Amino acid sequence: MPVETSLNIAVLVSVGQHPVSGRARRADQDARAVELGLTLAGRSLSLVHVGDAGEPALRQYLGMGLRTMTVLQEAPEADAASSLLQYFATHPADIVLAGVQAERGEASGLLPYLLAERLGWPLVPRIAQIRAIENGRAEVLQALPRGQRRALTVPLPFIATVDSAAPGARQTAFGPGQRGLFDIQRGLAQADVARAEWVEAQARPRPKRLNVVKAKSAAERFKAATAKPQGQGGQVMKQESSREKAQAIFDLLVAEGVIRQ
Amino acid sequence: MSDVIRRDPRTERILRNRLHPLHESLAGGPVRGPTGLLRRNPHAVGFIGPNGLKRIDRSSTGPAPSGRDLRRSATTHSEEPALPLHRVEQPDFYVAAVLDMAGGRLTSHDRDILGQAQQLARSGGGQGAVVAIVLGEAREAGFDTAGADRLIQVTHCDGQALDDYCPERKLAVLQAVEDQLGPRFWLFPDSVHGGADLGARLAVRLGERPAVHAWQVTETETLCRGGSGRIDIRRHTPRVLLLAEECALPVDDSRHQALPIQLDEYPDVRVCIHDQGLVPVDPSQIPLAEAEFILSAGNGVRDWDQFHEVATALGATEGASRVAVDDGFMPRFRQIGATGTWVTARVYVAVGISGAVQHLQGIGRCEKVVAINLDDGCDMVRRADLGAIGDSSEILAELLALAREHRGGKDTDATVPETLEVA
Ligand SMILES: Cc1cc2nc3c(=O)[nH]c(=O)nc-3n(C[C@H](O)[C@H](O)[C@H](O)COP(=O)(O)OP(=O)(O)OC[C@H]3O[C@@H](n4cnc5c(N)ncnc54)[C@H](O)[C@@H]3O)c2cc1C
Repeated sequence: MPVETSLNIAVLVSVGQHPVSGRARRADQDARAVELGLTLAGRSLSLVHVGDAGEPALRQYLGMGLRTMTVLQEAPEADAASSLLQYFATHPADIVLAGVQAERGEASGLLPYLLAERLGWPLVPRIAQIRAIENGRAEVLQALPRGQRRALTVPLPFIATVDSAAPGARQTAFGPGQRGLFDIQRGLAQADVARAEWVEAQARPRPKRLNVVKAKSAAERFKAATAKPQGQGGQVMKQESSREKAQAIFDLLVAEGVIRQ
Repeated sequence: MSDVIRRDPRTERILRNRLHPLHESLAGGPVRGPTGLLRRNPHAVGFIGPNGLKRIDRSSTGPAPSGRDLRRSATTHSEEPALPLHRVEQPDFYVAAVLDMAGGRLTSHDRDILGQAQQLARSGGGQGAVVAIVLGEAREAGFDTAGADRLIQVTHCDGQALDDYCPERKLAVLQAVEDQLGPRFWLFPDSVHGGADLGARLAVRLGERPAVHAWQVTETETLCRGGSGRIDIRRHTPRVLLLAEECALPVDDSRHQALPIQLDEYPDVRVCIHDQGLVPVDPSQIPLAEAEFILSAGNGVRDWDQFHEVATALGATEGASRVAVDDGFMPRFRQIGATGTWVTARVYVAVGISGAVQHLQGIGRCEKVVAINLDDGCDMVRRADLGAIGDSSEILAELLALAREHRGGKDTDATVPETLEVA
């Protein structure tokens, strides 16, 4: 993918959380989004963060090879969507990339949807790659479950969220990260009132679902506890020719939709 | 009739006294003890054999010889399929459940969502009806037992099939449902199959703030899991809910009407995102645990080159039993089972695998299993939905020919499809 400098690409980045230690770090999906942006736009990529510029973890994004990052300085309880909306009203972009969901807080993944709805742009969720940008249209690859990929075309400008299946982020360099600059802008966000009423607590383990056996007699219960898992008695083909057996298998594969074209 | 168990001292007295003239006529049916428990008369079990000795058959499989036992088992068998029908004729409100239907069938997540929807429809005054919304083609027949009182099935919108990725059109259908029924709650599976995407779009369009990763929902209060699964958020239950897996128990003890509802008209759509179809992915690059279609080899495979050819021709990810790996025919990371990978394939084809418990554990979550084996009594054939008894190399050769015919018939010029490397 050639570096296209005429494009305005912005990546929304957040402060992540290490899954084990809980320490602040660059968020994994956001870092992948930065990586995707770097391959598309090189160093002309712009990073936008809503929150506190004093957070040291933000420098890990700068350490990926960028000189500046825009920070919309906001209090923790501010509504990031309204802040970003005002920012994009004055700073137009062709492509906005973000992670699928944050690593801390509510992590609803709703912010890109809110932006897309209010800006009137299309949103492409869970992309793995942007293959080409031609004539104001982008061809993107969407990551599907089970390792599948789907090709979509979408007109610019658009918002995309980057899946964990996208190429991994490059290493971050400490020194350049420290030397990077923050362009701090005072945000004008409203406070997020609804969130104030919520009660947050440490996550408690979810109860495991028990395998309830609805057996009527002791013998049935015993069988359910000891028997090997068994199908409901499928079809068995013995006398038919090999051709017919293979045809039956093939028909099943086609009916299940695993053989394409 | 009231459920309260009333004691009848006279009948009890007669039942205790086996010499009472009315005892025979009263003691025929099931006898309830004072707490309502079913009491079994141990003397009435069994039958008198030909040589005058009492015989009791304790195997539940054999023909039940005692007349009374026979009657009891006959009634339980006829009762089982006929679950009670839950009727909602004039619903006071609706609860909409938008289903993923991955692969055209109800997923276990979908069933949990319907279970949750039933809970919400029955709580909070009035009688609610659960509307299951299916977008695209479905091959499912069990909406009634899964808990759908009403069913909205839309396969086309704007003259376009809804099977491809078309969130804008699907959103238009949901908006039509909103205009026509105005559901009290909107439930979506919080899944990668499109439920989370569609739920977020609808919530934003309706201006509602949804509960995401919700895992404990009542009429008034919802518990959501936050980022990285580290916090729980307790909040008021909103109208739009994106529910985690196992949020509620699926419906399993009632049937529902599943009456179809027709939608009047859809709002206009501006379609920006165009689906260009699936990109062929090299199946050997897909991680085994998430592969959709696995062709697995065991000790019964004779011709390994042929096996690999078949896997390529069918586009299947390769798997192996432990014996095949130990013998050096397949790499270790291809091993399926207790000490290998636990797979979730939708279709699993086992070639020459006997079906040891350690192997069957690993394929416990596979939907359709096909076995190719010489031995028709082995456990793999018993587990399988389709068992082909015969020599593996013969059947594989035929399968290879079929796959090549299929591909040749469709596109003659494209010999090897361009595949995508997945990192
Ligand atoms: C602690 C422990 C952990 C284990 N973990 C695993 C595990 O994770 N995964 C695993 O797979 N195993 C595991 N095993 C091994 C397991 O018990 C079995 O030994 C193994 O799964 C058997 O592999 P198989 O079915 O390929 O071979 P076999 O049992 O030898 O079966 C071969 C089958 O092929 C059929 N056959 C033979 N010739 C042909 C032919 N020409 N055409 C068609 N069919 C033919 C035979 O009828 C037979 O059914 C474990 C064992 C232990 C003790």
